[in-house]
Amino acid sequence: MDIRNLLYRPTEAEKSAVDEVLGPPDSGWDGGSFGGLDGRVAYGGHAAREKRHMLLPALHAVQDAVGGVSRGALGYISDRLTVPPAEAYGVATFYALYGVDETGITTIHVCDDIICTQYGAEALCDSLDDALGSNGVRWERSPCLGQCDRAPAAMLHQPGKGYANAAPVDTRSVRAIGFDELDPGVVHQDRSELALLRRVGDVDPESLESYRASGGYETLSRAVDLGPMGVIEELERSNLRGRGGAAFPIGVKWRGVAEAPGPIKYVIANGDESEPGTFKDRLLMEGDPFAVVEAMTIYGFATGATHGYVYVRGEYPTAERRLTRAISQAREAGLLGADVAGSGFDFKLEVRRGAGAYICGEETALFASIEGHRGEPRQKPPFPTQHGLFGKPTGINNIETLLAALYALQIGGVPFSALGTEQSSGPKLFCVSGAVDRPGVYEVPFGATLGELLELSGAGKIGAVLLGGAAGSFVGPEAMSMPLTFEATRAAGATLGSGAVIVFDDDTDFGPVLARIARFFRDESCGQCVPCRIGTVRQEEALGRLSGGRPLGSRQEERKRLDDLARVMTDASICGLGQTAASAIQSAIRLGLPGAPQ
Amino acid sequence: MTTTDRQRVTISASVDGKTVELPEGSSVLDACRSAGVGLPTLCYGPTMTPASACRVCVVELEGSRALIPSCSRELEEGMEIRTGTDRAEHSRRLVLELLGSASELDRSEEQLAGWMTMAGARSERFGPPAVEAPRQPPSPGHHGSPELAAAATVYEPAKVEDELYVRDYSRCILCYRCVDACGVEHQNTFAIAVAGRGFDSRISTEFDFALPDSACVYCGNCIAVCPTGALVGKIEYDMREQGAWDESSQEITRTVCSYCGVGCNLDLHTQDNRIVKVTSPHDHDVTLGNLCIKGRFGWSYVGSGVDG
Repeated sequence: MDIRNLLYRPTEAEKSAVDEVLGPPDSGWDGGSFGGLDGRVAYGGHAAREKRHMLLPALHAVQDAVGGVSRGALGYISDRLTVPPAEAYGVATFYALYGVDETGITTIHVCDDIICTQYGAEALCDSLDDALGSNGVRWERSPCLGQCDRAPAAMLHQPGKGYANAAPVDTRSVRAIGFDELDPGVVHQDRSELALLRRVGDVDPESLESYRASGGYETLSRAVDLGPMGVIEELERSNLRGRGGAAFPIGVKWRGVAEAPGPIKYVIANGDESEPGTFKDRLLMEGDPFAVVEAMTIYGFATGATHGYVYVRGEYPTAERRLTRAISQAREAGLLGADVAGSGFDFKLEVRRGAGAYICGEETALFASIEGHRGEPRQKPPFPTQHGLFGKPTGINNIETLLAALYALQIGGVPFSALGTEQSSGPKLFCVSGAVDRPGVYEVPFGATLGELLELSGAGKIGAVLLGGAAGSFVGPEAMSMPLTFEATRAAGATLGSGAVIVFDDDTDFGPVLARIARFFRDESCGQCVPCRIGTVRQEEALGRLSGGRPLGSRQEERKRLDDLARVMTDASICGLGQTAASAIQSAIRLGLPGAPQ
Repeated sequence: MTTTDRQRVTISASVDGKTVELPEGSSVLDACRSAGVGLPTLCYGPTMTPASACRVCVVELEGSRALIPSCSRELEEGMEIRTGTDRAEHSRRLVLELLGSASELDRSEEQLAGWMTMAGARSERFGPPAVEAPRQPPSPGHHGSPELAAAATVYEPAKVEDELYVRDYSRCILCYRCVDACGVEHQNTFAIAVAGRGFDSRISTEFDFALPDSACVYCGNCIAVCPTGALVGKIEYDMREQGAWDESSQEITRTVCSYCGVGCNLDLHTQDNRIVKVTSPHDHDVTLGNLCIKGRFGWSYVGSGVDG
């Protein structure tokens, strides 16, 4: 009777994959061979425990190398990082992209979310068992892969090679997904009139020279001239509000971090874009990675943070690779590291990869993920500007927000605030997908109406539009004149959320759409708080009974049950996921959409 | 700075319109209790840091969009707290109903049944419990089609792996108390953690190995904090299964553990003059309710040879 996991050893391939990320072990106490002074010297303490943040990178390393996390590999990683095996197992089983306890699996993740299903994803899924046969390739359904402008989408994971996106795919092409990277996506508008998208598809995302030739890094020089407080005051004048969903004023956040006491602070770019129907951050990270790096450098400079992270969604391998490359080029050019651009400011920036968890887009869950824990959100307060990553003051903003801040600093806060409306300033990106002729990311000033946006993308007869993704709400055709601003959508009981605009045509049966949304939340709930963990299950059950015409008791009782669940999830959940898990479904019911429970 | 120099700061707030004054560092729950309002708590045990997970103690706070967990929210000057609003009562009732619909609660801490009655919680409104099916290994992001006619539960067969503990996870409400007691809060053994995601999360050792094959040291401090009887001593489990467990006939005798010099208090629970369980008082300065394997389980010599 002893710890059984000690019986399992890592293979050489697993060991070298882990060592490549963590370096060789220091001693027999952290996975090396036991010898020398090991028996007489104490190791451990803070130095050992502080390595935990490398847990996800180490799990990724073995997953990518051998296609799964075996018992031996998990044990070795636990030794290397001084993480209890039970906790490492808890982390590995939290994230959808890790396969635990088996290796050698090639997996095709097929998106069956509410946009890809409009483009035949169900038929594709139905054909896959036959198409793939049993040659060691497995396929799985996946939530939105962020390729909604070219649905249906799939993602390949192959041992030894890693991840590759493919879109659009069909039964034939899904068997032959290669590792050639996709373009970021088509920009349908005239780039010369755009601010946030002006470089996407135009400037070489792999070349610092190309970025500089387009005016890149001029804003950093300007920021250095302004000084930290000058930057923050400029942003306060810009009236820029966060684009991630919560619409928090950026000046307040940056000032909060800058004025928080203590020598250690962090800044984070939230690129864990996982809201169904949202792909703008992918476009920016893939198409303009140096702008993300420049914006983060300014973020660190303004707030006094010397360490930054870009947390990239695990399903975005191209974005991760390009950002990593951009960071190393910037470092070589003296634009990161000690003495950034001759300003005397030290700044280190690194990329962290998510592992398949929608919840990690929530800021405190994202902190937990970087720290090497399960992506479980934390109760606020305390707020991140006081106690964030590793318990230190932390600034965290969405990718689009950071690029908008870069633009505000480029043109000046006051001119920026003159764009859009008084309460919603600046340019805004919208991800238009579904039943439109030209799906893609569109940049419009705040205040453009929904109808104008859909005209740009070529919509036909509309049944409903889902604003803000699964966590957003449906609006009907009568909302076409609604200005797309924070204030106007709020007044209409809707939300801009993540900027997803998912269009459904007028013969849509919304029953399956709502069922998919309910399934999504049931799958993506972290499981921490009761209203969301059990509420999302009961919501899926009640919705399924209603649409199947087999209510428990009367239809009224079933509706009451749904309403009660919506209410407790909205009122009492820890984080935004639970608080919005009923929002789209409730809005569909209110609008009386065809197929929604009546 | 000595303690006498320190200014004792008092925070003043209102609970249901009644002004309360408490020392700095108190929680909203403390404030509610001092105003005479009893609120249920599940994930917050008397010796533990609140996990803020169960949400059964939520109250309304003026100016806050969502309800707040009273156990973990620090009291601030001027807070206006309302405990009896329709909204707060609705959430507390729904949380109890949801818990009852997913887990078996009939062996929970005594107060729970009272809270359910008081709140008017009816778990059966979510349908009869789904047919007992073994739980699958964790597969985050995926789940099978719901049964619809019945409510999914956390059912799994009780894990009886040794002579000391039973882990009966059909009763687990995932309050994190056992994980925290095994980990940073008390024991620092880290034998168990939450594995999987969402509704499919469960308390697990690495790869779900049996407890004797894990890092568990059998201190039983997880049992001591479990509020629902998911973790129990083997003797208690067997007696309950046989219908022989009768708490009303049990006597509790307080004594001091005879093994080492720490001096842990032991409460010997006896039924029919035989020890059936050993605990330590939660309010004991030294133990905080914790013991080691010897104190909690090493008593079989008591009375040996008396009646065979």
